Amino acid sequence: MPNLSVNVGKLRLKNPLTVASGVFGWGEEFKDLIDLKKIGAITTKTITLKPKEGNPQPRIFETASGLLNSIGLENPGLDIFVKEKLSFLKEIRIPVIVSIWANDLEEFVELTKRLNRIRDIDGIELNLSCPNIKSSKTKDQRVRLIAQDPKATKRTVKAIRRVTSKALIAKLSPNVTDITELAESAEDAGADAVSLINTFFGLAMDWEKQTLITGGLSGPAIKPLALRAVYEVYKSVEIPIIGTGGIMNTTDALEFIMCGATAIGIGTANLVNPKITIEVIDGLRNYLKNRKIADIKELIGSFHHS
Amino acid sequence: MIIQEKAKILANLKIIDKYYKVVLFSSQIAKGIQPGQFVMIRVTETTEPLLRRPFSIHRVKRKKIEILYEVVGRGTKILSEKRPGEYLDILGPLGNGFDINLKSGEQKPKILLVAGGIGVAPLLFLAEQLIIHTLRPSAILLGAKTKRQILCEKEFKELGLDVKISTDDGSKGFKGKVTDLLRDFLSTANTQQRVTIYTCGPRKMFREISLISKEHKASIFGSLGEYLGCGVGACLGCVVKTKRGFKRVCKEGPVFDIDEIV
Repeated sequence: MPNLSVNVGKLRLKNPLTVASGVFGWGEEFKDLIDLKKIGAITTKTITLKPKEGNPQPRIFETASGLLNSIGLENPGLDIFVKEKLSFLKEIRIPVIVSIWANDLEEFVELTKRLNRIRDIDGIELNLSCPNIKSSKTKDQRVRLIAQDPKATKRTVKAIRRVTSKALIAKLSPNVTDITELAESAEDAGADAVSLINTFFGLAMDWEKQTLITGGLSGPAIKPLALRAVYEVYKSVEIPIIGTGGIMNTTDALEFIMCGATAIGIGTANLVNPKITIEVIDGLRNYLKNRKIADIKELIGSFHHS
Repeated sequence: MIIQEKAKILANLKIIDKYYKVVLFSSQIAKGIQPGQFVMIRVTETTEPLLRRPFSIHRVKRKKIEILYEVVGRGTKILSEKRPGEYLDILGPLGNGFDINLKSGEQKPKILLVAGGIGVAPLLFLAEQLIIHTLRPSAILLGAKTKRQILCEKEFKELGLDVKISTDDGSKGFKGKVTDLLRDFLSTANTQQRVTIYTCGPRKMFREISLISKEHKASIFGSLGEYLGCGVGACLGCVVKTKRGFKRVCKEGPVFDIDEIV
Protein backbone atom coordinates (compact mmCIF):
# COMPACT_ATOMS: atom_id res chain seq x y z
CA MET A 1 0.00 0.00 0.00
CA PRO A 2 1.46 3.38 -0.95
CA ASN A 3 1.89 5.93 1.79
CA LEU A 4 -0.55 8.82 1.42
CA SER A 5 0.24 10.61 4.66
CA VAL A 6 1.58 14.13 4.67
CA ASN A 7 2.56 16.69 7.30
CA VAL A 8 1.24 20.21 7.27
CA GLY A 9 3.31 21.86 9.96
CA LYS A 10 2.45 19.97 13.12
CA LEU A 11 -0.56 18.39 11.53
CA ARG A 12 -0.19 14.82 10.45
CA LEU A 13 -2.76 13.94 7.79
CA LYS A 14 -3.31 10.33 6.79
CA ASN A 15 -3.87 11.60 3.25
CA PRO A 16 -3.55 15.03 1.60
CA LEU A 17 -7.28 15.65 1.35
CA THR A 18 -9.05 18.40 3.20
CA VAL A 19 -12.01 20.54 2.28
CA ALA A 20 -11.98 24.21 1.47
CA SER A 21 -13.59 26.25 4.23
CA GLY A 22 -17.23 27.12 3.65
CA VAL A 23 -18.86 24.72 1.26
CA PHE A 24 -18.47 21.77 3.59
CA GLY A 25 -20.35 23.41 6.45
CA TRP A 26 -19.53 21.74 9.77
CA GLY A 27 -19.04 18.30 8.29
CA GLU A 28 -22.29 16.91 9.67
CA GLU A 29 -24.18 17.96 6.55
CA PHE A 30 -22.29 15.27 4.62
CA LYS A 31 -22.42 12.50 7.21
CA ASP A 32 -25.06 10.43 5.37
CA LEU A 33 -23.17 10.61 2.11
CA ILE A 34 -19.55 9.83 2.89
CA ASP A 35 -17.41 8.19 5.51
CA LEU A 36 -15.96 11.38 6.98
CA LYS A 37 -13.15 9.68 8.85
CA LYS A 38 -11.49 8.80 5.53
CA ILE A 39 -10.69 12.47 4.89
CA GLY A 40 -7.22 13.73 5.82
CA ALA A 41 -8.46 16.74 7.77
CA ILE A 42 -11.64 18.73 7.99
CA THR A 43 -11.64 22.50 7.62
CA THR A 44 -14.70 24.18 9.08
CA LYS A 45 -16.70 27.04 7.76
CA THR A 46 -15.23 30.30 9.00
CA ILE A 47 -16.26 31.25 12.52
CA THR A 48 -16.18 34.65 14.16
CA LEU A 49 -16.13 35.69 17.82
CA LYS A 50 -19.75 36.82 17.75
CA PRO A 51 -22.54 35.31 15.61
CA LYS A 52 -22.63 36.69 12.09
CA GLU A 53 -25.82 36.92 10.08
CA GLY A 54 -24.18 36.94 6.67
CA ASN A 55 -25.10 38.82 3.52
CA PRO A 56 -28.59 39.28 2.09
CA GLN A 57 -29.58 37.49 -1.10
CA PRO A 58 -28.40 37.00 -3.80
CA ARG A 59 -25.72 34.80 -2.27
CA ILE A 60 -24.86 32.38 -5.02
CA PHE A 61 -24.94 32.46 -8.79
CA GLU A 62 -23.73 29.93 -11.30
CA THR A 63 -21.35 31.13 -14.01
CA ALA A 64 -19.52 29.34 -16.83
CA SER A 65 -17.97 26.33 -15.07
CA GLY A 66 -17.91 28.42 -11.93
CA LEU A 67 -19.81 29.61 -8.91
CA LEU A 68 -20.02 33.12 -7.58
CA ASN A 69 -20.78 33.36 -3.88
CA SER A 70 -21.35 36.06 -1.36
CA ILE A 71 -22.41 34.26 1.79
CA GLY A 72 -20.79 36.86 4.01
CA LEU A 73 -19.43 34.46 6.64
CA GLU A 74 -22.78 33.55 8.17
CA ASN A 75 -21.96 31.52 11.27
CA PRO A 76 -23.30 31.04 14.81
CA GLY A 77 -20.20 32.48 16.49
CA LEU A 78 -17.52 30.87 18.63
CA ASP A 79 -19.66 29.88 21.63
CA ILE A 80 -22.34 28.07 19.67
CA PHE A 81 -19.71 26.50 17.44
CA VAL A 82 -17.99 25.04 20.47
CA LYS A 83 -21.25 23.99 22.10
CA GLU A 84 -23.08 22.55 19.09
CA LYS A 85 -20.70 21.79 16.24
CA LEU A 86 -17.39 20.77 17.72
CA SER A 87 -18.43 17.52 19.39
CA PHE A 88 -19.52 16.07 16.04
CA LEU A 89 -16.20 17.04 14.46
CA LYS A 90 -14.26 15.57 17.36
CA GLU A 91 -16.09 12.26 17.03
CA ILE A 92 -14.84 11.81 13.46
CA ARG A 93 -11.34 11.50 14.88
CA ILE A 94 -9.51 13.31 12.11
CA PRO A 95 -7.60 16.58 12.46
CA VAL A 96 -9.92 19.56 12.79
CA ILE A 97 -8.86 22.87 11.29
CA VAL A 98 -11.01 25.79 12.34
CA SER A 99 -11.21 28.70 9.92
CA ILE A 100 -11.50 32.09 11.61
CA TRP A 101 -12.16 35.70 10.66
CA ALA A 102 -12.26 38.84 12.78
CA ASN A 103 -12.98 42.54 12.44
CA ASP A 104 -9.58 43.56 13.72
CA LEU A 105 -6.34 42.25 15.14
CA GLU A 106 -7.49 42.41 18.73
CA GLU A 107 -10.49 40.24 17.95
CA PHE A 108 -8.35 37.81 15.94
CA VAL A 109 -6.08 37.41 18.95
CA GLU A 110 -8.98 36.99 21.35
CA LEU A 111 -10.61 34.35 19.14
CA THR A 112 -7.34 32.48 18.73
CA LYS A 113 -6.62 32.54 22.47
CA ARG A 114 -9.95 30.95 23.15
CA LEU A 115 -9.54 28.31 20.44
CA ASN A 116 -6.04 27.56 21.63
CA ARG A 117 -7.45 26.26 24.91
CA ILE A 118 -9.60 23.67 23.16
CA ARG A 119 -7.85 20.35 22.80
CA ASP A 120 -10.09 19.02 20.05
CA ILE A 121 -8.92 21.68 17.65
CA ASP A 122 -5.74 20.83 15.77
CA GLY A 123 -5.26 23.74 13.44
CA ILE A 124 -6.36 27.30 12.85
CA GLU A 125 -6.80 28.69 9.37
CA LEU A 126 -6.75 32.46 9.20
CA ASN A 127 -9.24 33.65 6.65
CA LEU A 128 -7.37 36.80 5.62
CA SER A 129 -9.03 36.78 2.25
CA CYS A 130 -12.83 36.66 2.35
CA PRO A 131 -13.88 38.81 -0.62
CA ASN A 132 -17.39 39.55 0.63
CA ILE A 133 -17.01 41.60 3.79
CA LYS A 134 -16.69 45.35 3.91
CA SER A 135 -14.93 46.82 6.90
CA SER A 136 -17.35 47.92 9.57
CA LYS A 137 -14.74 50.26 11.01
CA THR A 138 -14.27 52.65 8.13
CA LYS A 139 -16.55 54.31 5.62
CA ASP A 140 -14.53 52.71 2.86
CA GLN A 141 -16.93 51.00 0.45
CA ARG A 142 -14.14 48.98 -1.12
CA VAL A 143 -13.45 45.51 0.13
CA ARG A 144 -9.96 45.51 1.65
CA LEU A 145 -8.33 42.23 2.48
CA ILE A 146 -5.57 41.69 4.98
CA ALA A 147 -4.15 39.27 2.45
CA GLN A 148 -3.76 42.12 -0.03
CA ASP A 149 -1.23 43.86 2.17
CA PRO A 150 2.07 42.08 2.96
CA LYS A 151 2.66 44.24 6.05
CA ALA A 152 -0.83 43.67 7.45
CA THR A 153 -0.51 39.96 6.74
CA LYS A 154 2.78 39.81 8.58
CA ARG A 155 1.45 41.81 11.52
CA THR A 156 -1.68 39.68 11.81
CA VAL A 157 0.01 36.31 11.52
CA LYS A 158 2.71 37.37 13.94
CA ALA A 159 0.27 38.50 16.60
CA ILE A 160 -1.73 35.32 16.29
CA ARG A 161 1.35 33.13 16.22
CA ARG A 162 2.26 34.47 19.65
CA VAL A 163 -0.93 33.15 21.22
CA THR A 164 -1.24 29.70 19.73
CA SER A 165 0.86 26.61 19.47
CA LYS A 166 -1.62 24.94 17.12
CA ALA A 167 -0.87 24.55 13.44
CA LEU A 168 -1.40 27.97 11.93
CA ILE A 169 -2.44 28.29 8.30
CA ALA A 170 -2.78 31.59 6.42
CA LYS A 171 -5.43 31.52 3.72
CA LEU A 172 -4.36 33.85 0.95
CA SER A 173 -6.17 35.75 -1.75
CA PRO A 174 -5.54 35.61 -5.48
CA ASN A 175 -6.72 39.22 -5.74
CA VAL A 176 -3.17 40.59 -5.55
CA THR A 177 -0.37 41.58 -7.87
CA ASP A 178 2.09 39.01 -6.57
CA ILE A 179 0.86 36.27 -4.26
CA THR A 180 4.39 35.07 -3.50
CA GLU A 181 5.03 38.26 -1.51
CA LEU A 182 2.06 37.49 0.70
CA ALA A 183 3.12 33.89 1.17
CA GLU A 184 6.58 35.08 2.19
CA SER A 185 5.06 37.52 4.70
CA ALA A 186 3.01 34.70 6.23
CA GLU A 187 6.06 32.46 6.40
CA ASP A 188 8.23 35.18 7.95
CA ALA A 189 5.56 35.80 10.57
CA GLY A 190 5.57 32.18 11.64
CA ALA A 191 2.71 30.54 9.77
CA ASP A 192 3.03 26.76 9.54
CA ALA A 193 1.42 26.66 6.12
CA VAL A 194 -0.31 28.76 3.51
CA SER A 195 -3.63 27.85 1.97
CA LEU A 196 -4.20 29.14 -1.54
CA ILE A 197 -6.30 30.35 -3.04
CA ASN A 198 -9.46 31.94 -1.77
CA THR A 199 -11.98 33.07 -4.40
CA PHE A 200 -11.56 35.78 -7.05
CA PHE A 201 -13.53 39.01 -6.98
CA GLY A 202 -16.23 38.45 -9.56
CA LEU A 203 -19.49 39.81 -10.87
CA ALA A 204 -22.38 38.37 -12.81
CA MET A 205 -25.66 39.70 -14.12
CA ASP A 206 -28.83 37.86 -13.24
CA TRP A 207 -31.00 38.83 -16.18
CA GLU A 208 -34.04 37.04 -14.90
CA LYS A 209 -34.06 38.99 -11.63
CA GLN A 210 -32.51 42.06 -13.23
CA THR A 211 -29.86 42.28 -10.54
CA LEU A 212 -26.11 42.23 -10.30
CA ILE A 213 -24.37 39.79 -8.07
CA THR A 214 -20.88 40.43 -6.83
CA GLY A 215 -18.96 37.80 -4.95
CA GLY A 216 -16.07 35.39 -4.95
CA LEU A 217 -15.60 33.12 -7.94
CA SER A 218 -14.76 29.46 -7.41
CA GLY A 219 -15.03 26.20 -9.29
CA PRO A 220 -13.27 24.65 -12.28
CA ALA A 221 -13.19 28.04 -14.03
CA ILE A 222 -10.42 29.19 -11.65
CA LYS A 223 -8.32 26.02 -11.60
CA PRO A 224 -5.53 27.18 -13.94
CA LEU A 225 -5.23 30.41 -11.94
CA ALA A 226 -5.02 28.54 -8.65
CA LEU A 227 -2.51 26.11 -10.06
CA ARG A 228 -0.27 28.96 -11.18
CA ALA A 229 -0.43 30.49 -7.71
CA VAL A 230 0.60 27.20 -6.11
CA TYR A 231 3.38 26.76 -8.66
CA GLU A 232 4.82 30.21 -7.99
CA VAL A 233 4.47 30.12 -4.22
CA TYR A 234 6.17 26.73 -4.04
CA LYS A 235 9.26 28.35 -5.51
CA SER A 236 9.30 31.10 -2.91
CA VAL A 237 8.49 29.58 0.48
CA GLU A 238 9.60 26.60 2.55
CA ILE A 239 6.37 26.00 4.45
CA PRO A 240 3.78 23.58 3.05
CA ILE A 241 1.01 24.72 0.75
CA ILE A 242 -2.60 23.64 0.90
CA GLY A 243 -3.77 24.00 -2.69
CA THR A 244 -7.40 24.83 -3.44
CA GLY A 245 -9.28 26.13 -6.45
CA GLY A 246 -11.52 24.20 -8.80
CA ILE A 247 -10.35 20.68 -8.02
CA MET A 248 -12.96 18.37 -9.57
CA ASN A 249 -11.18 15.00 -9.82
CA THR A 250 -8.01 13.01 -9.13
CA THR A 251 -6.14 14.47 -12.10
CA ASP A 252 -6.73 17.99 -10.82
CA ALA A 253 -5.56 16.94 -7.36
CA LEU A 254 -2.39 15.42 -8.79
CA GLU A 255 -1.64 18.60 -10.72
CA PHE A 256 -1.85 20.66 -7.52
CA ILE A 257 0.42 18.24 -5.68
CA MET A 258 2.95 18.09 -8.50
CA CYS A 259 2.94 21.90 -8.72
CA GLY A 260 3.83 22.05 -5.06
CA ALA A 261 0.83 21.48 -2.81
CA THR A 262 1.42 19.23 0.18
CA ALA A 263 -2.30 18.98 0.85
CA ILE A 264 -5.33 19.90 -1.22
CA GLY A 265 -8.66 21.41 -0.34
CA ILE A 266 -11.80 20.52 -2.25
CA GLY A 267 -14.43 23.22 -2.28
CA THR A 268 -17.11 23.78 -4.88
CA ALA A 269 -16.89 20.20 -6.17
CA ASN A 270 -18.56 19.03 -2.95
CA LEU A 271 -21.74 20.71 -4.15
CA VAL A 272 -21.62 18.90 -7.45
CA ASN A 273 -20.53 15.52 -6.19
CA PRO A 274 -20.70 15.00 -2.42
CA LYS A 275 -18.52 11.89 -2.73
CA ILE A 276 -15.68 13.79 -4.40
CA THR A 277 -13.30 13.78 -1.42
CA ILE A 278 -13.43 10.00 -1.08
CA GLU A 279 -13.18 9.50 -4.84
CA VAL A 280 -10.03 11.62 -5.00
CA ILE A 281 -8.41 9.79 -2.06
CA ASP A 282 -9.08 6.46 -3.78
CA GLY A 283 -7.91 7.94 -7.08
CA LEU A 284 -4.61 9.12 -5.60
CA ARG A 285 -3.99 5.76 -3.98
CA ASN A 286 -4.64 3.96 -7.27
CA TYR A 287 -2.39 6.33 -9.17
CA LEU A 288 0.49 5.66 -6.79
CA LYS A 289 -0.15 1.93 -6.88
CA ASN A 290 -0.26 1.79 -10.68
CA ARG A 291 2.90 3.86 -10.99
CA LYS A 292 4.60 1.91 -8.21
CA ILE A 293 5.26 5.10 -6.26
CA ALA A 294 5.71 4.24 -2.60
CA ASP A 295 5.03 7.62 -1.07
CA ILE A 296 2.91 10.56 -2.20
CA LYS A 297 5.54 12.93 -0.82
CA GLU A 298 7.67 12.00 -3.85
CA LEU A 299 5.13 13.81 -5.99
CA ILE A 300 4.97 17.08 -4.08
CA GLY A 301 6.44 19.73 -6.34
CA SER A 302 7.67 17.10 -8.81
CA PHE A 303 6.86 19.33 -11.82
CA HIS A 304 9.58 21.66 -10.62
CA HIS A 305 12.23 19.01 -10.68
CA SER A 306 11.52 17.41 -14.03
CA MET B 1 -30.93 9.83 5.60
CA ILE B 2 -29.70 11.50 2.43
CA ILE B 3 -28.77 9.13 -0.38
CA GLN B 4 -26.82 9.62 -3.60
CA GLU B 5 -28.06 7.20 -6.22
CA LYS B 6 -27.73 6.44 -9.93
CA ALA B 7 -31.32 6.33 -11.09
CA LYS B 8 -32.31 4.86 -14.44
CA ILE B 9 -34.57 6.92 -16.64
CA LEU B 10 -37.66 4.88 -17.46
CA ALA B 11 -39.41 7.58 -19.44
CA ASN B 12 -38.90 11.25 -20.26
CA LEU B 13 -41.90 12.67 -22.01
CA LYS B 14 -42.97 16.04 -23.24
CA ILE B 15 -46.37 16.86 -21.77
CA ILE B 16 -47.04 20.10 -23.61
CA ASP B 17 -44.90 23.06 -24.73
CA LYS B 18 -42.05 23.40 -22.19
CA TYR B 19 -43.47 20.94 -19.66
CA TYR B 20 -41.96 17.48 -19.33
CA LYS B 21 -42.22 14.49 -17.06
CA VAL B 22 -39.31 12.20 -16.25
CA VAL B 23 -39.84 8.85 -14.56
CA LEU B 24 -36.87 7.45 -12.62
CA PHE B 25 -36.24 4.06 -11.14
CA SER B 26 -34.91 4.63 -7.64
CA SER B 27 -34.39 1.65 -5.39
CA GLN B 28 -33.54 3.76 -2.35
CA ILE B 29 -34.66 7.38 -2.48
CA ALA B 30 -38.24 6.60 -3.51
CA LYS B 31 -38.74 4.64 -0.30
CA GLY B 32 -38.70 7.38 2.30
CA ILE B 33 -39.56 10.49 0.35
CA GLN B 34 -42.37 12.81 1.48
CA PRO B 35 -44.50 15.33 -0.43
CA GLY B 36 -42.69 18.65 -0.68
CA GLN B 37 -39.27 17.08 -0.38
CA PHE B 38 -36.99 17.27 -3.37
CA VAL B 39 -34.03 15.72 -5.14
CA MET B 40 -30.94 17.36 -6.62
CA ILE B 41 -30.15 16.05 -10.09
CA ARG B 42 -26.79 16.25 -11.82
CA VAL B 43 -27.74 16.60 -15.46
CA THR B 44 -24.23 16.36 -16.89
CA GLU B 45 -20.84 14.92 -16.03
CA THR B 46 -19.21 17.99 -17.56
CA THR B 47 -18.87 21.27 -15.67
CA GLU B 48 -21.41 23.07 -17.78
CA PRO B 49 -23.74 23.67 -16.11
CA LEU B 50 -21.84 23.10 -12.90
CA LEU B 51 -24.45 22.75 -10.19
CA ARG B 52 -27.12 20.18 -9.59
CA ARG B 53 -30.71 21.21 -10.16
CA PRO B 54 -33.47 20.83 -7.57
CA PHE B 55 -36.75 19.11 -8.47
CA SER B 56 -39.75 18.44 -6.30
CA ILE B 57 -41.38 15.04 -6.42
CA HIS B 58 -44.52 14.85 -8.52
CA ARG B 59 -45.52 11.33 -7.63
CA VAL B 60 -44.04 8.14 -6.25
CA LYS B 61 -45.18 4.68 -7.27
CA ARG B 62 -43.26 2.05 -5.36
CA LYS B 63 -39.71 2.47 -6.68
CA LYS B 64 -40.62 4.91 -9.42
CA ILE B 65 -40.22 8.64 -8.93
CA GLU B 66 -42.05 10.99 -11.26
CA ILE B 67 -40.78 14.52 -11.72
CA LEU B 68 -42.80 17.12 -13.55
CA TYR B 69 -40.62 19.97 -14.81
CA GLU B 70 -40.55 22.99 -17.01
CA VAL B 71 -37.62 23.70 -19.31
CA VAL B 72 -36.42 27.07 -18.02
CA GLY B 73 -32.67 27.06 -18.61
CA ARG B 74 -29.59 25.05 -19.50
CA GLY B 75 -30.03 22.38 -16.84
CA THR B 76 -33.63 21.54 -17.61
CA LYS B 77 -32.89 21.72 -21.36
CA ILE B 78 -30.26 19.00 -20.96
CA LEU B 79 -32.60 16.97 -18.78
CA SER B 80 -35.31 17.16 -21.43
CA GLU B 81 -32.92 15.61 -23.96
CA LYS B 82 -32.15 12.55 -21.83
CA ARG B 83 -33.40 9.21 -23.15
CA PRO B 84 -34.87 6.21 -21.35
CA GLY B 85 -32.11 3.81 -20.32
CA GLU B 86 -29.72 6.60 -19.37
CA TYR B 87 -28.85 7.17 -15.71
CA LEU B 88 -29.08 10.28 -13.59
CA ASP B 89 -27.05 11.00 -10.46
CA ILE B 90 -29.66 12.03 -7.90
CA LEU B 91 -29.40 13.17 -4.31
CA GLY B 92 -32.31 12.93 -1.89
CA PRO B 93 -34.65 12.99 -0.15
CA LEU B 94 -33.92 16.61 0.74
CA GLY B 95 -35.73 19.31 2.66
CA ASN B 96 -38.56 19.22 5.17
CA GLY B 97 -41.62 18.51 3.04
CA PHE B 98 -45.20 19.52 3.80
CA ASP B 99 -46.26 18.91 7.37
CA ILE B 100 -49.61 17.17 7.05
CA ASN B 101 -49.99 15.88 10.57
CA LEU B 102 -52.66 17.48 12.70
CA LYS B 103 -51.68 18.41 16.21
CA SER B 104 -53.52 16.32 18.78
CA GLY B 105 -57.00 17.65 19.38
CA GLU B 106 -56.78 19.88 16.34
CA GLN B 107 -59.89 20.00 14.17
CA LYS B 108 -59.63 19.14 10.52
CA PRO B 109 -59.24 22.34 8.52
CA LYS B 110 -60.66 23.10 5.14
CA ILE B 111 -57.76 22.36 2.82
CA LEU B 112 -57.04 24.13 -0.43
CA LEU B 113 -54.26 23.46 -2.87
CA VAL B 114 -53.17 26.40 -5.02
CA ALA B 115 -50.77 26.23 -7.95
CA GLY B 116 -49.78 28.40 -10.84
CA GLY B 117 -47.96 26.80 -13.77
CA ILE B 118 -45.24 24.34 -12.81
CA GLY B 119 -46.00 25.00 -9.11
CA VAL B 120 -48.44 22.11 -9.40
CA ALA B 121 -45.54 19.64 -9.47
CA PRO B 122 -45.37 18.68 -5.76
CA LEU B 123 -49.11 19.07 -5.13
CA LEU B 124 -50.24 15.84 -6.78
CA PHE B 125 -48.05 13.77 -4.44
CA LEU B 126 -49.29 15.94 -1.58
CA ALA B 127 -52.95 15.47 -2.55
CA GLU B 128 -52.50 11.69 -2.62
CA GLN B 129 -50.94 11.69 0.83
CA LEU B 130 -53.53 14.07 2.27
CA ILE B 131 -56.28 11.73 1.08
CA ILE B 132 -54.51 8.75 2.69
CA HIS B 133 -54.37 10.75 5.93
CA THR B 134 -58.14 11.42 5.64
CA LEU B 135 -57.47 15.09 5.01
CA ARG B 136 -59.13 15.29 1.62
CA PRO B 137 -58.63 18.76 0.10
CA SER B 138 -61.80 20.74 -0.59
CA ALA B 139 -60.43 21.92 -3.91
CA ILE B 140 -57.37 22.34 -6.04
CA LEU B 141 -56.99 25.67 -7.80
CA LEU B 142 -54.93 25.39 -10.95
CA GLY B 143 -53.67 28.37 -12.87
CA ALA B 144 -52.14 28.45 -16.34
CA LYS B 145 -51.46 30.93 -19.11
CA THR B 146 -53.84 29.23 -21.44
CA LYS B 147 -56.07 26.16 -21.73
CA ARG B 148 -53.47 23.88 -23.30
CA GLN B 149 -50.97 24.49 -20.50
CA ILE B 150 -53.23 23.37 -17.67
CA LEU B 151 -51.33 20.58 -15.98
CA CYS B 152 -52.61 17.51 -14.16
CA GLU B 153 -56.33 18.29 -14.35
CA LYS B 154 -57.04 14.67 -15.17
CA GLU B 155 -54.83 13.30 -12.38
CA PHE B 156 -56.52 15.44 -9.71
CA LYS B 157 -59.97 14.51 -11.01
CA GLU B 158 -59.01 10.85 -10.81
CA LEU B 159 -58.37 11.41 -7.12
CA GLY B 160 -61.95 12.67 -6.92
CA LEU B 161 -60.94 16.25 -6.19
CA ASP B 162 -62.83 19.40 -7.09
CA VAL B 163 -60.58 21.07 -9.69
CA LYS B 164 -60.99 24.83 -10.23
CA ILE B 165 -59.20 26.36 -13.16
CA SER B 166 -58.00 29.82 -14.08
CA THR B 167 -56.32 30.90 -17.29
CA ASP B 168 -54.71 34.25 -18.01
CA ASP B 169 -56.51 34.49 -21.35
CA GLY B 170 -59.81 33.04 -20.17
CA SER B 171 -59.63 30.14 -22.62
CA LYS B 172 -60.78 27.87 -19.82
CA GLY B 173 -62.31 28.44 -16.40
CA PHE B 174 -61.88 31.70 -14.53
CA LYS B 175 -60.15 34.48 -16.49
CA GLY B 176 -57.21 35.80 -14.52
CA LYS B 177 -54.49 34.66 -12.15
CA VAL B 178 -54.90 31.72 -9.83
CA THR B 179 -54.67 34.15 -6.92
CA ASP B 180 -57.70 35.99 -8.31
CA LEU B 181 -59.47 32.65 -8.50
CA LEU B 182 -58.56 32.07 -4.86
CA ARG B 183 -60.02 35.45 -3.87
CA ASP B 184 -63.20 34.59 -5.73
CA PHE B 185 -63.32 31.17 -4.11
CA LEU B 186 -62.75 32.45 -0.58
CA SER B 187 -65.33 35.23 -0.93
CA THR B 188 -68.06 32.62 -0.87
CA ALA B 189 -66.44 30.54 1.86
CA ASN B 190 -67.36 30.52 5.53
CA THR B 191 -64.87 32.71 7.40
CA GLN B 192 -65.39 30.75 10.62
CA GLN B 193 -63.83 27.51 9.46
CA ARG B 194 -60.10 27.25 9.64
CA VAL B 195 -58.46 27.11 6.23
CA THR B 196 -55.13 25.55 5.36
CA ILE B 197 -53.62 26.39 2.03
CA TYR B 198 -50.78 24.43 0.48
CA THR B 199 -49.02 26.04 -2.42
CA CYS B 200 -45.84 26.07 -4.44
CA GLY B 201 -44.35 28.85 -6.48
CA PRO B 202 -42.56 32.18 -6.33
CA ARG B 203 -42.52 34.32 -3.20
CA LYS B 204 -44.55 37.02 -4.92
CA MET B 205 -47.47 34.60 -5.21
CA PHE B 206 -47.14 33.69 -1.52
CA ARG B 207 -47.50 37.33 -0.55
CA GLU B 208 -50.63 37.67 -2.66
CA ILE B 209 -52.15 34.53 -1.18
CA SER B 210 -51.35 35.78 2.29
CA LEU B 211 -53.11 39.10 1.64
CA ILE B 212 -56.12 37.48 0.01
CA SER B 213 -56.69 35.00 2.82
CA LYS B 214 -56.23 37.47 5.68
CA GLU B 215 -59.85 37.37 6.82
CA HIS B 216 -59.89 33.62 6.85
CA LYS B 217 -57.42 32.81 9.63
CA ALA B 218 -55.68 30.74 7.03
CA SER B 219 -52.50 28.81 7.60
CA ILE B 220 -50.50 28.90 4.43
CA PHE B 221 -47.66 26.53 3.67
CA GLY B 222 -45.68 27.27 0.58
CA SER B 223 -42.85 25.41 -1.09
CA LEU B 224 -40.28 27.93 -2.24
CA GLY B 225 -38.69 27.52 -5.61
CA GLU B 226 -35.22 28.97 -5.00
CA TYR B 227 -31.75 28.88 -6.44
CA LEU B 228 -29.90 26.18 -4.50
CA GLY B 229 -26.23 25.35 -4.07
CA CYS B 230 -25.53 22.11 -2.25
CA GLY B 231 -29.06 21.05 -1.29
CA VAL B 232 -27.83 19.54 1.97
CA GLY B 233 -27.60 22.61 4.20
CA ALA B 234 -23.86 23.21 3.99
CA CYS B 235 -23.23 26.16 1.69
CA LEU B 236 -25.83 28.62 3.05
CA GLY B 237 -26.41 29.94 -0.46
CA CYS B 238 -30.19 29.50 -0.45
CA VAL B 239 -31.21 31.19 2.78
CA VAL B 240 -34.45 33.13 3.07
CA LYS B 241 -35.16 35.78 5.68
CA THR B 242 -37.76 34.73 8.22
CA LYS B 243 -39.04 36.23 11.46
CA ARG B 244 -36.47 34.07 13.24
CA GLY B 245 -33.48 34.98 11.06
CA PHE B 246 -32.12 33.38 7.93
CA LYS B 247 -33.33 29.86 7.24
CA ARG B 248 -31.97 27.48 4.65
CA VAL B 249 -34.47 26.73 1.89
CA CYS B 250 -32.86 23.33 1.33
CA LYS B 251 -32.94 22.25 4.97
CA GLU B 252 -35.49 24.15 7.09
CA GLY B 253 -37.51 24.50 3.86
CA PRO B 254 -38.42 24.34 1.06
CA VAL B 255 -41.83 24.41 2.73
CA PHE B 256 -42.38 27.41 5.00
CA ASP B 257 -45.29 28.81 6.92
CA ILE B 258 -45.42 31.81 4.66
CA ASP B 259 -46.33 34.23 7.41
CA GLU B 260 -42.87 33.49 8.80
CA ILE B 261 -41.15 34.77 5.68
CA VAL B 262 -40.14 38.41 5.84
